Amino acid sequence: MRPKITLALNSLLVLAFFLLLWQVLTVLLHVPAYILPGPIAVAAVVGSRFSSLAASFWITTQAAAIGLAASILVGIAISLIFAQWRWLRRLLYPYTILLQTVPIVAIAPLILMWMGSGIGSVAFIAFIVCLAPIIANTTQGLISVEENLVHLFHMHNATPAQVLFKLRLPHAMPSLFVGIRISSGIAVIGAIVGELFAGSSRVGQGGLGYSITYANAQLETNYLFALVLAATVLGFLFFFLGIFLEWYFLHQWHESRRAESGN
Amino acid sequence: MVRKVVESDSARSQRSAIPEIELKGISKQFDSGNANTRRPVLQDISLAVERGEIVTLLGPSGCGKSTLLRIVAGLLAPSAGEVFVNGILPVNARQMMSFIFQDATLLPWRTVAQNVGLGLELEHAARPLRAERIAAMLRLVGLEDAGKSYPRQLSGGMKMRVSIARALVHRPRILLMDEPFAALDEINRDRLNEEVLRLHREQNWTVLFVTHSVAEAVFLSTRVVVLAAHPGRIAHIHEVNLPWPRESAMRLSPAFDAEAARVSHLLREATAISRPDGEGALG
Repeated sequence: MRPKITLALNSLLVLAFFLLLWQVLTVLLHVPAYILPGPIAVAAVVGSRFSSLAASFWITTQAAAIGLAASILVGIAISLIFAQWRWLRRLLYPYTILLQTVPIVAIAPLILMWMGSGIGSVAFIAFIVCLAPIIANTTQGLISVEENLVHLFHMHNATPAQVLFKLRLPHAMPSLFVGIRISSGIAVIGAIVGELFAGSSRVGQGGLGYSITYANAQLETNYLFALVLAATVLGFLFFFLGIFLEWYFLHQWHESRRAESGN
Repeated sequence: MVRKVVESDSARSQRSAIPEIELKGISKQFDSGNANTRRPVLQDISLAVERGEIVTLLGPSGCGKSTLLRIVAGLLAPSAGEVFVNGILPVNARQMMSFIFQDATLLPWRTVAQNVGLGLELEHAARPLRAERIAAMLRLVGLEDAGKSYPRQLSGGMKMRVSIARALVHRPRILLMDEPFAALDEINRDRLNEEVLRLHREQNWTVLFVTHSVAEAVFLSTRVVVLAAHPGRIAHIHEVNLPWPRESAMRLSPAFDAEAARVSHLLREATAISRPDGEGALG
């Protein structure tokens, strides 16, 4: 326990030192606020424009959450199909890699053109960037079941559905959560990228990505910093949500969860 | 050396026309690899196991003993030859067989009780029946307090007991055991061997047991089938000349030592003709 507390304190000290250095340098070097506001100015704008910041934060949260949830559901469904029919997996799996390699920044405008601006297309962009890690990890978990366990099920004349849902799917849960952990971080990035292109149907009320472009255009750099800070916090929250879900579902039985927490 | 046929009481009383397990000219080769390197894993194995017998398959690695056990279970099809379990094809006889693997092969996401009840659940047994049988099995293997634990909380020996309970829960007539205690320390292994024999007396199983331990083979078996490798084939069938019931003290007796020495010798002979080039001739 004691070393952990010391470690946390040291990390906070590093943060405090960095903020202090930042503040001192902006004051001493007379950096204009539209180039680089100091941390105190950023904190002030977080306070004064908290309601619009929170509104943007909530819009982006919704888009990222919808995209992530959809990618988990669709990803599991696709992985189950891939696990059940090997020929289909061999045929289609290479194309799921395309989801990961396609530059999302380049196709986001296309999606907005096709689907119109608004939370639907933003969530869809988040969904696309989240899907590949879910499919890759879950499929790997489903097909890497030890042969003896499959034999055990066959000795009981198990049906293919029983092998899939009572053996392969639970076996794939740790891998699924690795995928969710990766995707939960990039869901927020995907949503913000989507919003950069047109995240709102009404001017002045959009998600974090939309507000970032707006604040940038208006040279409201301190608000821009507040938005970036909010986006970072949101990414953290999603990441820890993924970690929490993994812990919640796996901690009772999964060895690696215990091993990691021991470190 | 005078060899007397010694069988368990049950084996003698229930001997019938149909062997419990019958292998006729079994050969097996796997399809993988190119034609030049492809060698038969098993070649012309014929063996009949009577009801109530405990037969061990003993041999050097590569002799295909685990493959043979999977053929009996109907998990692998032989390339040539016929297998019958109680007169019918193995895949149709799975209800009466249980397979115990080298590792406990428990499902880590299920509790001990849920692991033991797996087979009953897959066969859609009624819930009260399941609970009752699970409790009885846990008592049988001395784990009545561990039903709610997860496998990761158990020692290796306890995991193996769960695996045995799982195999026994649907009351098999035939046990197929693939080096089940190889990963355990000697004390645990000896104790579990004694428990297998105790349960065998009560339940009158037929057991086909794969091992590479001479002492284990001698202690457990009515007959020891010594296999040679490359290709896997029967080098010798040895009837173990030790009285029943087998007690732990018997391991210290001169008779046990003599049997172990004899089987060791047979195993050495079988290993000597087990050349990877496959040119060895039977002695």
